[in-house]
Amino acid sequence: MSFSELLTKFFPKDENKKDDKNHGSKDIAKERLRLVLVQDRGNSIPDEMLLKLRSELIDVISRYMVIDESQLDMGFNKSEGEIALVASIPVVRIKQ
Amino acid sequence: MGVVYVVTSGKGGVGKTTTTANLGAGLAKMGKQVAMLDTDIGLRNLDVVLGLENRIVYDVVDVIQGRCRLKQALIKDKRFENMHLLPAAQTKDKTAVSEQQMVELINTLRPDFDYIIIDCPAGIEHGFKNAIAGADKAIVVTAPEVSAVRDADRIIGLLEAHGLGEPYLIINRIRPRMVQSGDMMSVEDMLEILAVDLLGIVPDDDSIVTSTNRGEPAVLDQFSKAGQAYRNITQRLCGAEVPLLDLTEKDGFFSRLKTLFASR
Repeated sequence: MSFSELLTKFFPKDENKKDDKNHGSKDIAKERLRLVLVQDRGNSIPDEMLLKLRSELIDVISRYMVIDESQLDMGFNKSEGEIALVASIPVVRIKQ
Repeated sequence: MGVVYVVTSGKGGVGKTTTTANLGAGLAKMGKQVAMLDTDIGLRNLDVVLGLENRIVYDVVDVIQGRCRLKQALIKDKRFENMHLLPAAQTKDKTAVSEQQMVELINTLRPDFDYIIIDCPAGIEHGFKNAIAGADKAIVVTAPEVSAVRDADRIIGLLEAHGLGEPYLIINRIRPRMVQSGDMMSVEDMLEILAVDLLGIVPDDDSIVTSTNRGEPAVLDQFSKAGQAYRNITQRLCGAEVPLLDLTEKDGFFSRLKTLFASR
């Protein structure tokens, strides 16, 4: 036990006593916020933006290879704390 | 021509109305021509926070629906002749006003005032859209809680989508002791998450309760720490460079001693 912890013990900060479980709970708050915001922000991507992204992506890739647009699959993969843009683009042939 | 600020937050109870009242009174005390506009139709409260509830004759819906002239509905404060309130209607429905009508109303007010401050209702529906329709700049109020920060983030996104990008942020309800002990998110923590310009920080202060009880904004109380915070914010709105309020507690020998050892 450090001296500052000892002091805290003898001179508690508040009338309502804090146990160790509550101490430093802001880190929990930050982590929960981070996760919930990943979800919120991911859900709020407008459809028009996705469509625009899709068509621009096709333009760029088509410069280098012939792709099967009808089989193109694009979307977001949300997993714990992360959001990833996942695209599956079947290649017919590479342009020379 | 006046600048139009909308005070918004998404979540209820973080201090939109208190902030509006204090910014308005603070700017009026600095000699600016100020109009405050309560757009929380059906749940008006800016009038009581300002202590003007007994002076309401007409409201914003009366003006928009042509039952009175704008000048008749605007309440002139007796403490500051240059401070005005256009109260919300209490009995009508939120749908009584359209975005277009709100824009027209604000443009009518604009030439006569230096600052027009709009108190936005909680939520992201019709009332929110009305409140932000005529604004030049948004002030987002939040508090160091998960729910308030989450809603602020959502509001910032919505504001951007409606052409009010890069809003100002006010962090309200800060409890310095809890921040110091790591039990409350700090200003830095919140800016890291929200990434917008900080306009000011306001401590959670008993004087807000007592000043609201009296209907006298804390900004007028020289001894209130929250009042000082709001005075700083109004000065920043007027373009002055004012350092952030130091909220660290220096009240007792033991807390000072403890801070000394904790900072080791």
